[in-house]
Amino acid sequence: MTVLKSTIDIRSADFGKNSETMRGLVADLHATVSQIKQGGGARARERHLSRGKLLPRDRVRTLLDPGTPYLELSQLAAHNVYDEPIPAAGILTGIGRVSGRECVIVANDATVKGGTYYPLTVKKHLRAQEIARENNLPCIYLVDSGGANLPNQDQVFPDREHFGRIFYNQATMSATGIPQIACVMGSCTAGGAYVPAMSDEAIIVKNQGTIFLGGPPLVKAATGEVVSPEDLGGADVHSRISGVTDHYALNDAHALSIVRQIIGNLNRYKQPDIALQPAREPLHEEGEIYGIIPNDVRKPYDVRDVIARVVDGSELDEFKALYGTTLVCGFARIFGYPVGIIANNGILFSESALKGAHFIELCCQRGIPLVFLQNITGFMVGRKYESGGIAKDGAKLVTAVACAKVPKFTVIIGGSFGAGNYGMCGRAYGPRFLWMWPNARISVMGGEQAASVLAQVRRDNIEAAGKTWSAEEEEAMKAPLRAQFEHEGHPYYASARLWDDGVIDPAETRMVLGLSISAALNAPIQPTRFGVFRM
Amino acid sequence: MFSKILIANRGEIACRIVRTARRMGIATVTVYSDADRDAMHVAVADEAYRIGPPSARDSYLNVESIVAAAKRAGAEAIHPGYGFLSENAAFADACAAAGLVFIGPPASAIRAMGGKSEAKALMDKAGIPLVPGYHGVDQSPHILAEQAELIGYPVLIKASAGGGGRGMKVAAQASEFASQLASAKREAASSFGDDRVLIEKYLEHPRHVEIQVFADSHANCVYLFERDCSIQRRHQKVIEEAPAPNFSPDMRERMGRAAVEAARAIGYVGAGTIEFLYDAAAGQFYFMEMNTRLQVEHPVTEMITGLDLVEWQLRVAAGETLPLSQNDLTISGHAIEARLYAEDPGRGFLPQTGRLTHLAFPSGENVRVDTGVRAGDSISVYYDPMIAKLIAWGPDRDAAIHRFGVALAETRVGGLKTNIGFLARLANHAAFKAADLDTRFIERHNDDLLKRPLPASDAAFALAALGLLLARTEEAHRAARASSDPSSPWAHSNGWRLDDEARDELRLREVSVENAEEKKIDVVYRRGGGWRIALGNGSAFDAQGEIAADGELTGTIGDEKVSAVWKSAGNEITLFTKTESRRFAIVDRLQGADAAQVSGGSLVAPMPGRVISLLVEPGTHVEANQPVVVLEAMKMEHTLRAPSQGTVVAFRYAAGEQVDEGAELVDFRADGN
Repeated sequence: MTVLKSTIDIRSADFGKNSETMRGLVADLHATVSQIKQGGGARARERHLSRGKLLPRDRVRTLLDPGTPYLELSQLAAHNVYDEPIPAAGILTGIGRVSGRECVIVANDATVKGGTYYPLTVKKHLRAQEIARENNLPCIYLVDSGGANLPNQDQVFPDREHFGRIFYNQATMSATGIPQIACVMGSCTAGGAYVPAMSDEAIIVKNQGTIFLGGPPLVKAATGEVVSPEDLGGADVHSRISGVTDHYALNDAHALSIVRQIIGNLNRYKQPDIALQPAREPLHEEGEIYGIIPNDVRKPYDVRDVIARVVDGSELDEFKALYGTTLVCGFARIFGYPVGIIANNGILFSESALKGAHFIELCCQRGIPLVFLQNITGFMVGRKYESGGIAKDGAKLVTAVACAKVPKFTVIIGGSFGAGNYGMCGRAYGPRFLWMWPNARISVMGGEQAASVLAQVRRDNIEAAGKTWSAEEEEAMKAPLRAQFEHEGHPYYASARLWDDGVIDPAETRMVLGLSISAALNAPIQPTRFGVFRM
Repeated sequence: MFSKILIANRGEIACRIVRTARRMGIATVTVYSDADRDAMHVAVADEAYRIGPPSARDSYLNVESIVAAAKRAGAEAIHPGYGFLSENAAFADACAAAGLVFIGPPASAIRAMGGKSEAKALMDKAGIPLVPGYHGVDQSPHILAEQAELIGYPVLIKASAGGGGRGMKVAAQASEFASQLASAKREAASSFGDDRVLIEKYLEHPRHVEIQVFADSHANCVYLFERDCSIQRRHQKVIEEAPAPNFSPDMRERMGRAAVEAARAIGYVGAGTIEFLYDAAAGQFYFMEMNTRLQVEHPVTEMITGLDLVEWQLRVAAGETLPLSQNDLTISGHAIEARLYAEDPGRGFLPQTGRLTHLAFPSGENVRVDTGVRAGDSISVYYDPMIAKLIAWGPDRDAAIHRFGVALAETRVGGLKTNIGFLARLANHAAFKAADLDTRFIERHNDDLLKRPLPASDAAFALAALGLLLARTEEAHRAARASSDPSSPWAHSNGWRLDDEARDELRLREVSVENAEEKKIDVVYRRGGGWRIALGNGSAFDAQGEIAADGELTGTIGDEKVSAVWKSAGNEITLFTKTESRRFAIVDRLQGADAAQVSGGSLVAPMPGRVISLLVEPGTHVEANQPVVVLEAMKMEHTLRAPSQGTVVAFRYAAGEQVDEGAELVDFRADGN
């Protein structure tokens, strides 16, 4: 294979400045995540612990095979979205190995508003289930939640992608053979009661887990009956009398050990249907990516320098290296898994779009997963390009991306603007996972462009009316627009709303992709049938 | 000389005899019980024959079966080793009747020394000094009590047929006499099938000094100097040395001559040992008994004389004359031997049974290890739980003690509790170094010797944790390689977390220390490999290293280069460093869960054994600590006491029944429950 040569000078001033900028962004990301990991704060944590319960992150770690990685999803969910902090949207989702099998783990964080479901909690839970479904991963629900957040009921209860979808997913995933395991470690009230009830197997923790359709306050209000939570729907009731749960656990650890047993007995076998090779580290330091990404988004750089720090042995066999050069396509390996890499190296032209569509066809034909490294301001504009049919060539790429059934993985490493987002497998195109770097920006177009477009329209109107519009007045209109786009295009803003699966440290791209690809290979790779390519 | 001999023994002594025989070109045959099918003494011999089920009575004490094996194998002679049939005159007779040479003294000599009382009478006649005592045949308790009064308390009550401390009790005053007598008689009956006892004056500061004698069938008899075996625990030798410290050449000669006289008096042939009580202050010694066999501690004599006593035994048994005369024999340097046992000094030296998960012995000059087990073998409930004898030699006593200490530190036993730490404290004790010895040395310095070991140092915990992390990584690699997705990053054991440090927590609890607290160890996985290990008390180390399949661990902790042997079996880690061994339990939250359903009382068998008596009627209300059941295990009696005030509802086993370790013996209901 062809070894990529590094074109960067790690002793240059630019490299140093770039690194410093990225280090700052990563440090901010770590600080933000670390704050989020405190959950509902010291007092809520203390109260939780004083009941003999493990904190959700400790539950997950205890559940996982010792020392194995954990790929957390949507860490920044609900970050700065609501009037008050709802860290991680009050729910912990991620992928980890349990008894040797990769599983999706959904754990309520009762220290955050009693684990109740805000709109983004629902969205995050559903996204985790979607990942489980697409990648054929068993689901483990560590339930400790008061159910829907009542003040927000209109945004969590009635719609298609709301609370009910959780149970719909459980039923339909179970129907396709994806195990649904619930471990009731706290309350499971009302709708929440269906999480264990809809599971294949359920565990409940003594003196801790409760399951009921109506809690003691509701019962008292409805019938006047006074009953304790434990007597109404505790472990003894459900394990000995009602049969709602199948396993009786003495405490959190015991319950988690039962989950591990259940997963160990699932009789599932991962059979990656692609040609594997031993993993090899890249030849160049992953951390050097920091120095590659320019401070100024307008400055170009060679994306191969990034690829050389992500793929095995820094090896990339390029396809059509001399054609459509603003899109780099090529075959490589990540942790020994074969992948087709599609990476922006400038603006998209017709040739680059055609090249990309061709390359996607190759990968689909051969069953090779696709990795998109997205850094795109958009398709080329102008008369020459419109008349050249860039719309239909762009559409070919979008069609190819949309129809490709091989697992797709997207990392937004820079700009994600306009139709470029579509052609490079944005969220709407169903990548199995979508990750963002902290320097990335995502919006329908750049803030400057949007402001200029709107200003141009306004100026045209004003001048058509025979009036004048000063540069100061124009700037006064543009500044807030730029600010709005900058705010809304920020990766934290995107991640908070689950437009992605998480913001990652660029130096961890290889690990994140490796874990994502390996997880995705739990589902067999399906054959692709493409739609009509407009010629 | 014989061309083939059978060794009617097991363990280290059988292996040791095979070694000499092989060197002399003699073919060897060993015998084994069902429990020893895969034992080392079977593997090292040229041939081996099964002689019966595990119980010694049915195998290693089974005369018929052993003689038949010898005949079948075509052996010309039988070496009995020590213990078992080595001092059994009937066995010697049976050998003779079968036309086999018994490698040992004539049956008449065994008989003469076999009964303690008769032996003493004989020695008295031969002019050998005796401890004042009663060796009469009249065993009626009032006569015995009268005699005890006559001799003067404290007195020692011993089984007439006994040896090795079994059935031996001290009565400090008249009021204790009856109960101690009963106990001695019970043990004597169960150990030797003969409950006769003798009574002796109990000396306050006696040393145990014994003389090795050797006689041939041509009327030559020499002494191979003395051994000091004063370091004893409950009359069982713990450390033996030769020559005896602070022992004048004059005394050596007097005692040596007396020993030769004693041997001659009974027409002795072969290797024998005359044990004396030596009152150093008075310059007196008294005949105790004669062991008509090769002693466990014979290697110290070999180390200072340069001789092979088994070779001498074989030559003498084959009718040759002694290779050397008294004038040819000299002492060179000093030797110390300790018996390495699977036992728990912290719990009254309870014998331990189980698998030796790891076993490594010292090597190098001036060290000798006699063993009959290998790593992976088990110490069973059926036989003596000795693991090995460790012998060190030096040009003088100080050098020998030093060499012994180093050798002990290099001795690594995993899987079972041992007396290694106890032996190390003994060898290090100022009084031992000063040779301030007597048979109550251990009793007197009990507090020093049995002091609770200090908890493991932070460094030891860090090392144990490092080993665990390395072993886990290795295991993950192995599992990944065997999987369908071998290079998956999911198989990494780097604790990776998104946008955060990879952290983990381990919990270890020291096993060797009673009631040790659980230690929480915070681990941060270093991006470039290795870990930061924090012990919760402010001390933290960067650690990395490698672990080989055999547990050999090398690495760095902080700035320090470390090497150790790290072994795990189940949830237990054994760590051997250059200076100590430590055992840790891995506290696993997931596994702790099941143990939450612990049962109440503590009237459980501490080890496998046989119930010998039920001390109360079912339904009896008992006080805390009241004896309830007596269990016989590892040839010792263990009294189990009520854990609290309560009622013995029922016994789950009858007297005579065999029970497993951990068996709940009594249905006990504590008051208030």
